[in-house]
Amino acid sequence: MWGSMETSSHDVLLVGGGGAGLRAAIAAAEVNPKLSIAVVSKVYPMRSHTVSAEGGAAGVAKPDDSLDEHAYDTISGGDWLSDQDAVEAFVREAPQELLQLERWGCPWNREPDGHIAVRAFGGMKKRRTWFAADKTGFHMLHTLFQTTLKYEPITRYDEWFVTKLLVDDGRVQGVVAIELMSGKIQAITAKAVILCTGGCGRVFPFTTNANIKNGDGMALAYRAGAPLKDMEFVQYHPTGLPFTGILITEAARSEGGYMLNKDGYRYLQDYNLGTPEAKPVLRSMELGPRDRLSQAFVKEDQKGRTIQTPYGPIVHLDLRHLGEKLIDAKLPFVRELCLKYQNVDPVKELIPVRPVVHYMMGGVGTDINGATPLAGLFAAGEVACVSINGANRLGSNSLPECLVFGARAGRAAALYASGQPAPNGKALTQANDERQRLESQFLNKNGGRERISTIRDEMQTSVEKSAGIYREQSLLTEGAAKLSELQERYGDINLDDRSRTFNTELESALELGFMLDVAESIVQCALHRTESRGAHQRTDHPGRDDEKFLAHSLVRRNPDGSSRVEYQPVTITRWPPGERVYGQQTSKQAQEH
Amino acid sequence: MAETIILEIARYSPERDSEPHLESYEVPVHKEWVVLDALNHIKDTEDGTLTYRWSCRMGICGSCGMMVNGEPKLTCATFLTDYSRKGSKIRVEPLRYFPVVRDLVTELSDFLAKLKKVKPWLIHPNQPPLSQGEFLQTPEQLERYKQFSMCINCTLCYAACPVVGLDPTFVGPAALALAQRYNMDSRDQGAAERIAELAHPDGIWGCTFVGECTRVCPKHVDPAGAIQQYKLTAVFEWLKSFVMPRGENTKDVSSETGND
Repeated sequence: MWGSMETSSHDVLLVGGGGAGLRAAIAAAEVNPKLSIAVVSKVYPMRSHTVSAEGGAAGVAKPDDSLDEHAYDTISGGDWLSDQDAVEAFVREAPQELLQLERWGCPWNREPDGHIAVRAFGGMKKRRTWFAADKTGFHMLHTLFQTTLKYEPITRYDEWFVTKLLVDDGRVQGVVAIELMSGKIQAITAKAVILCTGGCGRVFPFTTNANIKNGDGMALAYRAGAPLKDMEFVQYHPTGLPFTGILITEAARSEGGYMLNKDGYRYLQDYNLGTPEAKPVLRSMELGPRDRLSQAFVKEDQKGRTIQTPYGPIVHLDLRHLGEKLIDAKLPFVRELCLKYQNVDPVKELIPVRPVVHYMMGGVGTDINGATPLAGLFAAGEVACVSINGANRLGSNSLPECLVFGARAGRAAALYASGQPAPNGKALTQANDERQRLESQFLNKNGGRERISTIRDEMQTSVEKSAGIYREQSLLTEGAAKLSELQERYGDINLDDRSRTFNTELESALELGFMLDVAESIVQCALHRTESRGAHQRTDHPGRDDEKFLAHSLVRRNPDGSSRVEYQPVTITRWPPGERVYGQQTSKQAQEH
Repeated sequence: MAETIILEIARYSPERDSEPHLESYEVPVHKEWVVLDALNHIKDTEDGTLTYRWSCRMGICGSCGMMVNGEPKLTCATFLTDYSRKGSKIRVEPLRYFPVVRDLVTELSDFLAKLKKVKPWLIHPNQPPLSQGEFLQTPEQLERYKQFSMCINCTLCYAACPVVGLDPTFVGPAALALAQRYNMDSRDQGAAERIAELAHPDGIWGCTFVGECTRVCPKHVDPAGAIQQYKLTAVFEWLKSFVMPRGENTKDVSSETGND
C-alpha cells in the first residue's frame, strides 16, 4: 500500500482532450476566467483521434444554401431518429464555430478571392463542407490545442487514465485517475465533469478507429448510473483499406470517385441510389449516405460480385479519372495513405476497399446543453448522444458536432460549477476503494489464467458477428451469451506487467473492461429494437416501425451488472417522418419540406 | 514454416534496471506488417511488459516514433519486409536525445514546454466581431505557411538533430517550424512578439543547418527551411524595430474580413 491518497481539485474537469474536450475547455474558461479547468487525457491532446478525421466539417456558408436544408439532410440522413431541436441548434451554430476556428488560425481551404471554400459530401444536398485538404481533423485539433496553450486557467493532466467517476449525494464530484508515468493513483475532484472521450470502434475487429477508442467515457457514465442512448446505431464507413482499416475519406467520392464491383460496374445504381453520371451528383450514387452504401456492399457480396482477398471481400474505389493534379491538391492524404500502407497509387490504380466500423451514433445521453441526467456530469462529441445523428450520421457532421456541443457543454458545465459547493469527503472514500480495487484486481493479484488479447479478440469477433451491418435475433442472443461469458473470464485476467511505471498492460486491461460493458450495451439495444432503421438493419424485422420505435433506446445498468432497455420519444419540431429518398427524386422530396 | 525476423528491442525499467539492454524476439513476417504490428504481436502473445506508445496506425497522431536500426521512424509506417528482404535484424530503440521513461517510451514534457514557448497561436489583437466573417486569405497566402502547419509533433526531428544532442536547451526543429507557421500566416501579427522569445542562442541561432530534421520528417514539413527563413525574419524584425514601435507591423490583407 502507498499510504494516503493524493488529491487535486478543480472546478470543471474534462475527460479527453480531442476536438470536443479542448473546445469545451476554452468555452468554460471564457464563461468564467476564475474557474480552474482541468483536461485529463490518456494521451497528449494532439494524439487524440480527432487528428484522424479527414474530409471536412459541415456548416452552411454560401448564399445558395440554408440552415433548413442542412437540417433536413441531417434528419433524413438519420432516418428521423435525430432530435430536431438539437439539429436546429446544431446547424445554426456550426457556421459560427467553424468561423471561430478560422479566427484561431485553422488553415481552411480557400476560394481564389480568399473566402472559405466548401466541398460536396455524402447525403448533403448542397456544398457546405469546410475542409483543410483531407486532413481537416488534424488541422482542427492542432489549432485547438495550440490555442488552449494561451489559456492560463487550463491545467493539463497529459497521459492520465481515468478509471472511475466519483458520485456522491446524487452528483458527480470528480474522477479517479492513474498517472501513467508514475503509476500514481489519484483522486481529482471537480464540481462538474465533462466526458469527451470519443467513440468505441475498437469493440469491433475491423475499424478506422485508433487504438485509444475503447468507449471509456461511455462505460464510466454507464457504471456511474447514467443511461446510454441509441447504442445499436454503429456506422460502417463504406471505404476502408483492407487489413489496416485505414479510412479513405468520403471526400474521395465527393471529388468524383466511383465505386466499382469486380466487373468494373458502378453497382450502387442497383440499390435505389440513383443512376450513374460521369460527374458527382449530390445525394446520389457514390454521394449517398454511409449506411446505404455499406448495406449495398453486403448485398453485392451475396450476389458474388465482390473480389475475395485474404482480408475479406473487397470492391474498388476508382479515382484515376480525377487526374494527378486534383488528387494532389484535394486528396493528398488519400494518395499518401494508399502509397504508404497499401502500395497502390490512386492516380494509376484502383483502391481496394471494404466497409469498416467508423463511428458511434449512440453514446451517453445528453440534453441540448450536454447535460446528462446525472447531476454534474456532461458529455460532448462522439461519446455523447444528443442526438443530432439519429440512426445514421452524415459525413462531415461529426467535427462541427464536437465544436458546437463541446462549446455548449463547456459553457453549461462552467455555469453549473459556479453554483456548486466543493466536493465532500465521501467522494475521497470512494477513491480509496477504487485504488484498492485496481491493486487487488490487477497489480497485486495472484493467479489468473486469461490473456487480455484472447478475451479482446473473442469479444471483437462476437460483436461483429452479432451486431454487424445486418443483425438478427438468434445471432444477437448468441452474442449476448458470449459477452456475458467473457465478462466472467475477464475476472480471471492475469497481467505480465506489475510495474508502476507506464504500465500499458494495466491500461489495456481497464480498457478491455470498458469495452465489454459497451459491447453488451450495443448488443442489448440491437436485440430489443425489432425494426430496421438507418444503420440498424434486422433481417428478421426489415421495415421501419415508427409506431413503436420512433424512439431512442436508453440502456441502464442494474445493480447486478445486467442491463435494462427503455425508450424515450424523439423530439420532432418541423420535419415529420418521411421516406428516405436518394438519387433523382431527392430534390422533389426536399422541396416538399 | 512462415518467414520470421529477429527484433532486438531496447528494454529499460527504472524499477529494475540501471541501464537499457537489448532483448531479442522472433516474429513472423507478413508483407502487410509494420514494425508496430510486430511490437503488438509480441505484447499480445509473448510479453505483456513491453512498453511503447501508439494510437492511430495511420501516420497522423505522431505517437509511435522510435529509432529503427538507428534511424528515427514512425513505426506504423515502417514495413518489416524493408529489412527482411536484406536478411537484416531490426533494432528498435527509443527516440534519441530524449530521457527514457521505460522501454521505448520517452519523456516529452520538455518538448511540450518548448512548443508553448514559441507562442504557437494566432496573434491578432483587436479582431473584428465574428459577424464580420472570415479573415480573407488567398490560396497563395495559404500556400506560404501550409507546409509548416503539417507537423504532427512526432519528435523524429529532435532525435535526428545533432544540435539537440549537444544542447538540450535548443528550442529545436518542430517548435521553430511551428513558430514560422504562424509568422508566415497572413492573419497573424505576432512575429515581433515571437522574435523576442527566439532570437537568442537557444532559439533560432542555435541551428547550424545540418538539415537532418528535414530529411527524417515523415510529413515533409522542412523544419530546416523554416529555421533559415526565420533567421531572415528575425533580422528583418530587428531592423524594423529601429523604424517603428513594436506591434505596428500589421499586414494589409489580414485585417480584411469576408462579409463586411
